[in-house]
Amino acid sequence: MARARDESSPLFAGNAAGTLRLIFYLALAMVLMVLDHRNGWLWRIRYTASAVVEPVYRLAGLPAVGIRTASVAFADRERLTEQNQRLREDLLLANAKLNRMGAVAVQNERLKQLLDTQHSLELNVQLAHVIGVDMGAYHYQITLNVGARDGVKPGQPVIDAHGVMGQIKEVLPTTSVVMLITDPEHAIPVTIERSGLRTVAYGSPDGDQLSLPNIPLAADVRVGDHLLTSGLGGRFPPGFPVGDVSSLAPSSSGMFQAALADPAADIDRSEDVLLLHDQAEPDGPPAPITPMGPPADLAPPVQAMPAPATSQAGAFVRKPSAPAPADSSGTPP
Amino acid sequence: MSRLRLSRWWFIGTLVFALLSMLVPLPGVLEPFKPYWPALILLYWCIESEDRVTLGMAFTLGLVADLLNGVVLGEQAMRLCALVFIVLRFRSRLRFFPMWQQTLAVLALLLNDRILLLVVRVLSGASLPPADWWISPFVGAALWPFLFLLLDDLRARLRIQ
Repeated sequence: MARARDESSPLFAGNAAGTLRLIFYLALAMVLMVLDHRNGWLWRIRYTASAVVEPVYRLAGLPAVGIRTASVAFADRERLTEQNQRLREDLLLANAKLNRMGAVAVQNERLKQLLDTQHSLELNVQLAHVIGVDMGAYHYQITLNVGARDGVKPGQPVIDAHGVMGQIKEVLPTTSVVMLITDPEHAIPVTIERSGLRTVAYGSPDGDQLSLPNIPLAADVRVGDHLLTSGLGGRFPPGFPVGDVSSLAPSSSGMFQAALADPAADIDRSEDVLLLHDQAEPDGPPAPITPMGPPADLAPPVQAMPAPATSQAGAFVRKPSAPAPADSSGTPP
Repeated sequence: MSRLRLSRWWFIGTLVFALLSMLVPLPGVLEPFKPYWPALILLYWCIESEDRVTLGMAFTLGLVADLLNGVVLGEQAMRLCALVFIVLRFRSRLRFFPMWQQTLAVLALLLNDRILLLVVRVLSGASLPPADWWISPFVGAALWPFLFLLLDDLRARLRIQ
């Protein structure tokens, strides 16, 4: 700041030039903020500057890695042995469960083939490590060590061993940022495992719980119910654990019940996560089926066709999700 | 000559250190206690040396900080500019405050900074932060005397102006 040394009162060093300069910089900052808010420049600049930015992230993540390494190095042998034993037992249990499920999965696959659906139980995943970097926005985000060069795209679901963690929000060449399901701006379509009720779980401002603000009053929900992803919306594949209902109360408007749920995933403690690669097929009506009929040259002229038949065909095309043929869906006038 | 260069590198080094400490996460429970390091270090240099910190420099540092961990580009640039302006304005008085008064002044500055941040976040559509978000300025102010003495001592040892 250009300070006038010869000013009469040195105790109040600020002068008009300083204030003008402040106004200039504040205005510049505000213009930048507005433009960035509209256009999302920050991530584009970050992407361009990734050669500088990413090494800084790795550097800032080093203390966390160091602490982790040190805790392993200085952990006493007994604790490590015990942990090893526990992991072995978990693995054994998981393998036993898998073996039992294997037969069921094969049967399921065959039945689905018979029904001609494409949903598959196979998982196409990619392992990623969490980098310990504080990205400013309260704490609803984590940073991963994989990025665009590893084929990561925004929107991919992120899970850990226990459940859904969130989805990829922004991607740099070799790092990416995950928006956690506990972010107040995040919503995930869920279904209650016991009753099959579908609803939406939002993040909560406290940052470590999920809130389900609009459950119908008559709906059957209890504390302890498991929440699974419902697959609606097509972002998250169906059937992954999301959380457990921990409390239930009438909402402030009295029109709904509001529930709070604890996330199933270890949101704060996970070090390794899995990225799901094939995104869920968007749910909804399948592509319209072209009505079957005789080849065009053999078909009778259109005007010769009776009117009810055409309207029936139209109804069939418009309601393709109904498995039954159109003749059961009501008689045309 | 080399003394001058050393002093410049020392200045840049502390700023880089501040940016890195801003990025380093604390373990879960301590997370809300993390002070805003760039502001603290910039405050020290504002108070200690005459012409080193200018508004433009604060703005640039803020932009770099935004690039590294910001939510909106220009947010920290604005906060640091406002902070540096106030400190430069009252610098001659702040220097001769006793330590406890200086600490109180730092607390007021950091609280002001948080309020600015809150205004920006709310205007950009984020939700209100949890209550423990307000702890950070107090931690920053509590650390201030130690940080000040440490940096002063190091500066005296390195004989930097």
